[in-house]
Amino acid sequence: MDILKEIAASLERGEDDRVAGLVRQALEQRCAPLDILNRGLIAGMDVVGEQFRKREIFLPDVLIAARGMYAGLDLLKPLLAREGVPSAGRIVLGSVHGDLHDIGKNLVAIMLKGAGFDVLDLGADVPAQRFVDAAQEHGATVIGLSALLTTTMPVMKEVVDLVRARGLAGRVKVIVGGAPVSEAWAREIGADAHGYDAANAVERVRALVAAGA
Amino acid sequence: MRQRFAWTATESLPGSAEVLRLQGVPAEPDLSPRLGALLEAALAAYLETAEPRAIIGGISREEFRGVYRGEGRNAPETPLETVLAGAERLALFVATVGGAVTARIRDLFSRNEPALAAMLDSVASAAADRLTVLLGVRSLGPVDGAGANGTRVLAYSPGYCGWHVSGQRALFAFLEPGEIGVTLNPSCLMEPLKSVSGVLVSGPAGIHRFAPAYAFCAECRDQPCRTRNAAVSTS
Repeated sequence: MDILKEIAASLERGEDDRVAGLVRQALEQRCAPLDILNRGLIAGMDVVGEQFRKREIFLPDVLIAARGMYAGLDLLKPLLAREGVPSAGRIVLGSVHGDLHDIGKNLVAIMLKGAGFDVLDLGADVPAQRFVDAAQEHGATVIGLSALLTTTMPVMKEVVDLVRARGLAGRVKVIVGGAPVSEAWAREIGADAHGYDAANAVERVRALVAAGA
Repeated sequence: MRQRFAWTATESLPGSAEVLRLQGVPAEPDLSPRLGALLEAALAAYLETAEPRAIIGGISREEFRGVYRGEGRNAPETPLETVLAGAERLALFVATVGGAVTARIRDLFSRNEPALAAMLDSVASAAADRLTVLLGVRSLGPVDGAGANGTRVLAYSPGYCGWHVSGQRALFAFLEPGEIGVTLNPSCLMEPLKSVSGVLVSGPAGIHRFAPAYAFCAECRDQPCRTRNAAVSTS
């Protein structure tokens, strides 16, 4: 089997411990790092994501595959950086100020990385200004905000307002998510998108980037 | 009367089916070996790190109305007001599985073990919920149909079913749970994260039944009323 297909198949089967070895093997065979990323790792994670959306596999299966993806990505990152290969997009992500919940945000980060995005995870309890500062400093085109409490949801609006105040609207888009967050809330505060769950968040971010965020 | 309880980690260990439900995995007998191994590892990590404990204090219906009113931000109509009318005994509680579990979850994420981290998170969430059942048994009597005359003890929490999360402040002011290591941040978030709080309501099973037809039900994802209704459906 083509080594790149083998990498993808290993990810799909959840053989996370094999992936790094196969990526090393592919590099030894002089496969281009970008091919290994796109046709091996991301192709495999795309299948895993699709199976998850169809409920053929479950969240833990996706996360086991993600561990394999990370192991392979760690080997490729320095090579891709050296070749100046761009990522699918750069996103700044975090749980808003006052909210220490981070499991949902972590899952979104994992899924986005699996889809080839460059994710700057600011962690939990992040003030509005830090999101916007980080997006400007690192050239991110999407800011992802997570909140698990109704009391912290207003911080999402602060971020949206700050993006506008700094004249970044249109260039930097804001996606919001979390258990109490709804599409209606996203519209109300002027956010660009709402991610219902981690898989949906990836789709929405892809759409934002494709639309020229 | 205010009481402090502690349990062993083993006593608070939740059932596998509940943990898998939180992971979105159907409770089937033929769990794949890799998911089975992951679940076992998460349960073992929980047993190593959990320190379950709780504070509970009985409260009169009148006193509770004041706590429930909180900062006046509850939904205009809430089921708990109806439930209260038929309640026989009430107790406020705060329970936690401790901070070491959350620290382990974060450590696992940072060490590129997201599957185990997420599974442990679900174990800890299910265990925290289980503490409310253990508390009910130890403080207000039998739970889930074992009581005389069909009495049931069920928990209701700020942040759910129209009880605004800001109600945590009044609850914490009444119970002062600092001695078990649980604090409230300015957003009304409990630390450690894997903590639960609320009121245990003891009364005839029928008082706990209500249809999810309130204004806030439309956007509720957790739907704790389902579990609650299921718990009293056999009465």
